[in-house]
Formats: sequence, C-alpha cells, structure tokens
Amino acid sequence: MAKRAGDRSWQRAIEIGLPFLWLIVLFLVPFLIVFKISLSTATIAQPPYVPTFDLLADGLSGTLDKIRSFSLENYAFLFDDSLYINSYLSSLRIAAISTALLLLVGYPIAYGMARAPKSIRPMLLMMVILPFWTSFLIRVYAWIGILKPEGLLSGFLIWLGIINEPLVIMNTEKAVFIGIVYSYLPFMVLPLYASLEKLDTTLLEAAADLGCPPIKAFWQITFPLSIPGIVAGCMLCFIPAVGEFVIPDLLGGSDVLMIGRTLWNEFFLNRDWAVSSAVAVLLLLVLIVPIVIYQNFQQRQLEADR
Amino acid sequence: MPPAPAKAALGPVRRAFSPWNDPDAVPLIRFENVTKKYGDFTAIDNLTLNIYEREFFALLGPSGCGKTTLMRMLAGFDEPTEGRVILAGQDLVGVPPYRRPVNMMFQSYALFPHMSVADNIAFGLKQANVPRAERDERVKEMLRLVKLEKFGARKPHQLSGGQRQRVALARSLALKPKVLLLDEPLGALDKKLREETQFELTDLQVTLGMTFLIVTHDQEEAMTVADRIAVMNQGEIIQVATPGEIYEQPSSRYVADFIGDVNIIPAKVAEADGQAIRLASAWTEGPIEIATSVPTSPGADAWVALRPEKVKIALQPPAPGTANVLAGEVWDIGYLGDLSIYRVKLSSGEIVKAQVSNATRLVERPITWEDKVWLTWAPEQAVLLTN
Repeated sequence: MAKRAGDRSWQRAIEIGLPFLWLIVLFLVPFLIVFKISLSTATIAQPPYVPTFDLLADGLSGTLDKIRSFSLENYAFLFDDSLYINSYLSSLRIAAISTALLLLVGYPIAYGMARAPKSIRPMLLMMVILPFWTSFLIRVYAWIGILKPEGLLSGFLIWLGIINEPLVIMNTEKAVFIGIVYSYLPFMVLPLYASLEKLDTTLLEAAADLGCPPIKAFWQITFPLSIPGIVAGCMLCFIPAVGEFVIPDLLGGSDVLMIGRTLWNEFFLNRDWAVSSAVAVLLLLVLIVPIVIYQNFQQRQLEADR
Repeated sequence: MPPAPAKAALGPVRRAFSPWNDPDAVPLIRFENVTKKYGDFTAIDNLTLNIYEREFFALLGPSGCGKTTLMRMLAGFDEPTEGRVILAGQDLVGVPPYRRPVNMMFQSYALFPHMSVADNIAFGLKQANVPRAERDERVKEMLRLVKLEKFGARKPHQLSGGQRQRVALARSLALKPKVLLLDEPLGALDKKLREETQFELTDLQVTLGMTFLIVTHDQEEAMTVADRIAVMNQGEIIQVATPGEIYEQPSSRYVADFIGDVNIIPAKVAEADGQAIRLASAWTEGPIEIATSVPTSPGADAWVALRPEKVKIALQPPAPGTANVLAGEVWDIGYLGDLSIYRVKLSSGEIVKAQVSNATRLVERPITWEDKVWLTWAPEQAVLLTN
C-alpha cells in the first residue's frame, strides 16, 4: 500500500514538474536575463551593456561589486521621458478599442456559427481558422494593398461613386484597428463559439415559455451565460494586442505610437538594450494585471461548475 | 401550502369529476384535426382531442409516438402543419410561446444556471411586470409550496436532483397558468422519490384547481396521476379513457399490451348472442366464454386479453366441461415478495402468465417448477379485442 502511494507521488511530481520545468527553461530564465540587462548600463561595446559577468576573471568580490553596480536608473528613465508612458497608454488604448471592436464583430459570427445547422458547423469553423494557413506577415501586407489611397477599397468606393477622394486610412490608427480586428478575429470567435455552442437551447425555450421575447431572452440568458467566452476571447486578444509590433509598423505609419514599436526602435535603432529590457519588463508588469484578473475569473468559474 | 380544508372540499368534486361524459361541457383545450409533418415524416396524423378544465390529462406512449410534439404545439415551440390548437376559445396557431397562457415544466428542468432559485421562480413574474412586493410574496409562496423555503438563495447546481425538480415545478406554477404542461417531469428521479412526487403532483393539481397535461412513457406514472389517459402510437391516439377503463377495457391489443401485463390469446368467434360470446382457441382445453357486448359475428378473428392477476392457478383439473381452461406446466416462477408470477408453458408451447399474491408467508411453495397446473378465469374477467 505504502509502496503504491509512493509510486503515485512520483507520478504526481513528474506530472507537475514537467510543465514547471518547461516554464522555468523557456520563460523564467529568459525573463531573468532580460531583467538583469534592464538593471545594467548601456555602453558602446559588444554586448552593448555593462556589467557582463565572468566569474573566473572577476572572482567572488569582483562579481559582488558588479552586482552592486545594478541600478533602477533605466526604469526611472522610462518615467522621465514621456515617450514611454505615452507609448504604454496609447498601446493600452488601441488594444482596448480593438478588443471592443473584435467583440462587436466576433460575437455575431460566433452566435451565427453556434446556431447554424450541426452539419455545416465544422465547415464554418474551418473558415474561421483558414487564414492561419497563410503567413501572418503576408496577410498584413495584403491590407496595405487594400487600404492605401490608390488601393482596392478606395478604388472600389470611387468606382461606385460613393466617394470622390481616396480614403485616408493607411498610416492612421484606423488601419491599425482594421489590421488587429482582422488578424485577431479567430482568437475572439473561437472561445465565444465554444461557450455559445455549449448553451442549452431549452433554456431559451424555458425563457420564452415564461413570457420572455427572444431579444430580451438574449440579454437575460444567452449573454450572461456566454460571459466566460467573452472574458476568454477578450483576454486572448487584448494581451497580445498591447504588445503588437507588426501591425502598427506596417499599417500605422509613424504617427501611431505603440509600445511594441518603441521597444523595437530602442533595441534595433538606438541599440540601447538596457532601456529596451526595462521597457519589456514594465510591459510584462502592465499585462500581469489583466492576466491575474482572468486567472481569478477562471478559478471562480471552475468552482461554480463543480 | 394552501389550507387543507380546500382539498377536503374538492374531494367529492374529484370523485364525481367526469366532464368528458357531459355533452354540454366545453373543453378548455382542443386539438382539432391537427397534423404535424417534418418533411416526409408525419409526427401527428389528423388528431382531435379535448381536454377539460381542472383535468389531469396524460399523454402516454413510447418514444417517438408524437406525445411530446403534441405538447410542444400547445406550448408554442412547434406549429401544426394543419389544424387548430384551441385554448379557452382562442386559436393559438401563430401565437408565439411567450404570449401563451400556458407554462411548461421541462424534462431537463431547464433551470437558468446563472440565477438563484428565487430568481428562477421570479423570472416569469418579472417578464409580466409584476410589482416587486407582489413578486417577492409570490416567490415565497411558491418556495413554501414546494417545501424549499430555505433554498431561495442557492444556485441550481447546489441542489439535489429532487430539489431541482421542485424548483422547476415552482417556476412553472409561479405565473398561475391556465394549463401546466409537464414533459416527463419525474424521469430523472429515482423510483421511490418518483412515486412520492407523483402523489404530491396530484395533490397539488387538486388544491390549485389547475389543468395539468403530462407527457410520459411510464404507464404506472400515467395511471397514478391522471384523470384520463390518451394512449398514443405513431402520431395517433389509440384510446382516451380513465386509467380504470384503459386497464380493464382496453380497446385494442396495442393498449392492452402497453398498459400493464397481459396474456393475449388468439381465438375465433364460435357463437355470439349479444351478451355472451363463445370462442374457440388452439390454446385452451375447451371453449372460451366472455361476457361482453362488443359486436362481433361467428367466424371472425378475435383476441382474448387476460390480465395475469385475474387468472386462478390450481394443481387439480376443473370439472369437465368447464369453459376458460388452460393446461400446462410451471415453466418459471418470478418471486417479487408481495406476489409471484407463474409462467406456465401450455402443451401448444405458448407461455401464459398467472399472478398469485403471497398473502401468507411462503415457507413452502404449494405450486412449484414442473408441476402440471390448470389456469381458469371467470367469463367477465377477460376482455374481447377485435382489432
């Protein structure tokens, strides 16, 4: 008996340990490296920061001295220069508006899919996933062709006679919204679809039976019961959208400020690894808040389902 | 719980309750030549049915017989392809479910999982814009009615199956509908709880003075709760009658076989003189005599339906020349505690069931396996079926 219990505890240790090992190697270690760089000082060298550690050359006291030279100067700098704060705020704003737009566009799609005849649902699901088969970069590039002043959209609308002048969408925030909504739509639709499809339609019959017309029944039954899907979809879109780099870089032009681009500029143009690491660490802290909220929500949901 | 005297006062009313025999009575619900088709499949075939106020009416049949479709047409979830569904003089065809004065208790209960028990019960009242004070009062009354006073704040998933069933019942009663529809309401409960709840349902129906329509595939349930039962098969009503009539005077082999246990003996009519009929059967030793007024003519095929509990089993042969005798040997005995079922194999190879109640303790079985036995019954105890 005792032996079997021992076997099981080994099994448990492996089951829990493997994902932990994964997280440590692929997340925690890289993060610590970035965090270390963020505490260093930029310099013109290879690598472009000091101190760098060499335990053999420095010895213990030299290493300790170097550790003492760490400072939070880079973080202080982020708060001194309004560029960074503005980038963060602008990223959060763009991500929030994009997520709201995604919800508005994604909910009806997911709802339609969940209410479609069972036989065609796999095909609809396939159509949502299909864009993933092409490179993300190519798809964003394709939007340049659509959105630029002499592009497909303006050309088509002028041809229809709806507008006379080409639309100014390219290189504005609007183009970034369009790009994010387009690229992230599956991440919104899939969790929404999963929670709407699970919904027992007899609940809607029961609501109708008790005198509730369909539109009211949607707000009183369907919508509240799809909140787990809404939260999951919004988190899946909001978190990566905050740090988005490719879409604002290709579609947003130079006026659209987003933290992903600021970070890229800092890293590749200024070659200031120390400050850009600090930007990255602070971004993580900014995103931890919604992630923790989401985790908390999921936990409560799990407990409610039990 | 509404006061007990009301129920006592209704007792005699219930005993004499038979509006279906009154030619002047106007039915509360009337299905008139209703047909429902799904593509090529006919779920309900030109069906006409009257249900009266204060009746507890059961639709009984195997799954797929159309009983649920019929109920859903009254609730408004399905519309008839042809015909009319009339409730209190109003044709309901085309009226959406949320405007119909009927409420339904769903088989799955369909409780709203994100609302508390009290909010579930209040849901219909909110839709009807009942003022808050009155609404709270009604919710309290309903919780009292189903004995769940302390559970108002719980969520459905925190309740047992039986409690959920009672919440569903309270929710469907809260609006005091003209008709309460019950779709297999007790299907998910275990046997003991189901039996208790059946009696609670009949009590409730009498005290509230409402019309209940129940759909069930369980003949015992239908017999226990209903004033009248409609036995359905393949979209048609085979027989509508009180439980007693259905059991004692089934109109067809289908009904006889569906309700309870029955032996069906094939026979041919030999003599018919209005009151008594003589038949010949390959199964019996002599002729079969039945006291019946069913019109028939000599030479016609007929079936004799004989309930196992009406058969007498004996180790001695009856006097020669006696009618209604089957002879065989005991093939199998089912001991059920309160009674025993003897399966007797006739010389022709057929099996006939006879039921004996175990009134005394069964220390030593008087009739046992492989005994030669004779089965007899009185002429008025069997039913003649001609279709």
